[in-house]
Amino acid sequence: MALAVDERSAWFKGWGLPALLLAPQLLIVLIFFYWPSVQAIYSSFFLEDAFGQGAEFVGLENFERLFADSDYANSFGITVVFSLLVTVIGLSVSLVLAWFADRAIKARYVFRTMLIIPYAVSAAVAAVLWSFLFAPSVGVVAHWLIKRGLDWNYLVNANHAMALIVMTAVWKQISYNFIFFLAGLQAIPRSMFEASAIDGAGPFKTFFYVTLPLLSPTAFFLLVVNVVYAFFDTFGIIDASTGGGPGTSTSILVYKVYNDGFKSLDLGSSSAQSVILMALVVLLTIVQFRFIERRVHYG
Amino acid sequence: MKLKSLIEKSNSKTSLRRQWAGLSLTLIGFASLPTSAQAVTEIQFWHSMGGKLGDWVNDMATGFNKSQSEYKVVPVFKGTYGESMTAGIAAYRAGNAPHILQVFEVGTATMMASKGAIVPVAQVMKDAGEKFDPKAYVPAVAGYYTSRKGEMLSFPFNSSTTVFYYNKDVFEKAGVRKIPETWSDVALAAALIKSSGAAKCAYTSSWVSWVHLENFSAWHNVPIATANNGFDSPDAKLLINSPLHQKHIGNLEQWSKQGLFTYGGRASAADAKFHSGECAMFTGSSAAYANVKANAKFNFGITKLPYYSDVPGAPQNTIIGGASLWVMAGKKKEDYKGVAKFFNYVASPELQAQSHQMTGYLPITSAAYDITKKSGFYEKNPGTDVSVQQMIVKTTDKSRGLRLGNFVQIRTIIDEELEGVWAGKQDAKTALGRIEQRGNEQLARFARTAKE
Repeated sequence: MALAVDERSAWFKGWGLPALLLAPQLLIVLIFFYWPSVQAIYSSFFLEDAFGQGAEFVGLENFERLFADSDYANSFGITVVFSLLVTVIGLSVSLVLAWFADRAIKARYVFRTMLIIPYAVSAAVAAVLWSFLFAPSVGVVAHWLIKRGLDWNYLVNANHAMALIVMTAVWKQISYNFIFFLAGLQAIPRSMFEASAIDGAGPFKTFFYVTLPLLSPTAFFLLVVNVVYAFFDTFGIIDASTGGGPGTSTSILVYKVYNDGFKSLDLGSSSAQSVILMALVVLLTIVQFRFIERRVHYG
Repeated sequence: MKLKSLIEKSNSKTSLRRQWAGLSLTLIGFASLPTSAQAVTEIQFWHSMGGKLGDWVNDMATGFNKSQSEYKVVPVFKGTYGESMTAGIAAYRAGNAPHILQVFEVGTATMMASKGAIVPVAQVMKDAGEKFDPKAYVPAVAGYYTSRKGEMLSFPFNSSTTVFYYNKDVFEKAGVRKIPETWSDVALAAALIKSSGAAKCAYTSSWVSWVHLENFSAWHNVPIATANNGFDSPDAKLLINSPLHQKHIGNLEQWSKQGLFTYGGRASAADAKFHSGECAMFTGSSAAYANVKANAKFNFGITKLPYYSDVPGAPQNTIIGGASLWVMAGKKKEDYKGVAKFFNYVASPELQAQSHQMTGYLPITSAAYDITKKSGFYEKNPGTDVSVQQMIVKTTDKSRGLRLGNFVQIRTIIDEELEGVWAGKQDAKTALGRIEQRGNEQLARFARTAKE
């Protein structure tokens, strides 16, 4: 932001009042973020029975086991593919939708409202809806695909399963991306478009040389949010549709954390996995801010 | 009434302080109401019985609550078996476990290893002075829940086993005359069904691990793990990569390639493939009977699980699935009396017989079976006694069941590796080898936490 700092800031004397005002937020962060994180780090060094009656300190054994486990490496690969697909497809589709909705067309308010609705659908419900549409024996879409000669069966075919969860995850996140892109588009001064039109730029040139650069702060924000979404929030979708299968082909890292911790009650390994996941997301966010944000143009 | 007047009173005064006082009094009123109204001891009972089965549990609790006035059993539905077990364990760790927790059979080893978290049922009954005869239970059921020292640790509640269902209409259309007894009969029937086009899918199966490895082993009287299937020691290793297991999974692999076997998903997902009429033959839980009966728009039959006739000693007996009730530790002595009384109520032969007929679960006591048999229920509902026939034989060390730790994970591993077989990514032998390797890692980890 170009504004001088002192113009916007207010100064407090002493620490009392600022601390008091910050306390509620800090308390929430401490209780709901830091405490569990510290707990996870702590239990990642232990091998514990389900009831927590005896914990044996095992040092880094939980981590060593994970890194020696080919399934864990596999889960990394799956997560990368899944997150890339969800982020790229999700951002592109919603940008196109926002671009259209931004134009002066009839009933655009209706379109906008309709496009926002999927966001209100819970992950589990979305997953059930999509897996029902694509269910090999009863699904409407599956029936159509099979008639067209595609032997659709996401229960057996890993690619089909991946396609299903990507579709569901993208569909659920489109509304969110859409709102931000639309707001971003509307914040671009109309005069910019007029100027580019006068300079003789067609719609595509205008889009790539005017709209996109001016949208970059929004796009960057959405990139970070979508990567985090694909990494963490898609858990419900996977649990309710493929359950990580077939095989382990849709078992992304966060799903494995859940499965090993809550279904299998192997808390040590599950904690170690969440510590790794935590480190990974911190790393990713740092990379995004250091290398991609440089190319973002804040108006 | 009291509350209402309090609120009105507080509203009529304008002083803010009085309103606060009124509000806090109201809250105190809320908090003290339930205890002042009744002096009965509440017994929390967490279970996983949804739908019709939930009504069954609720009726049972209501019946018990009406039969006496000292105790009140409060059943709470806690989601799937896996979910309620996790919830129960989390509650125990937080210091407010329920009195009774329903745990599925694959969680048995974990519960048994949790010394101090549970109270053995035999002890609960003894301390409360209630009569309890473990011999009244069907051996294959009781054995599953009895410790190495011969003490019954949990209370058998709902048990089922695996049976074979077939669509009689499709059989007629396809010209299948012999009801399959062996796996080669199944293959022949499947080939006929496929070539005649009488059904879209010839054969499918729910609970692949439970049917094709766990029950398969007991049915052929071969071990599934060392240390007598884990009964003798938590330090056990899987034995599922034998030539017989390889032959069976290899056959399923072949049939899957030829379109004779269709994989229908994990757990009970394939049930719907049978009762919708899509698949003509199906292996699954005997407790799927109620659902099949309600949904199938065709004539169906139930018969024993197929076997390989060249295996000596086959068929032996099948093993159970389902759940038992565990009593959690750390409650008042008085509460345990209520738990014992409730168990005694549930164990009555009449109630057991009624449960068996209503739910399709096995009769878990011999008396319940006799009552049902005398009532003519099996003649009226042919096929419902198949599961009983498979179970009421003397079990061997190999067919008693299995007691393997981390078995929830191992079942997932089995599903994962076998899905690789159905997808044509690996052959049966590779999959079974991987299951043994990954499963044994789980067992070794369990053995470390379950030191005795």
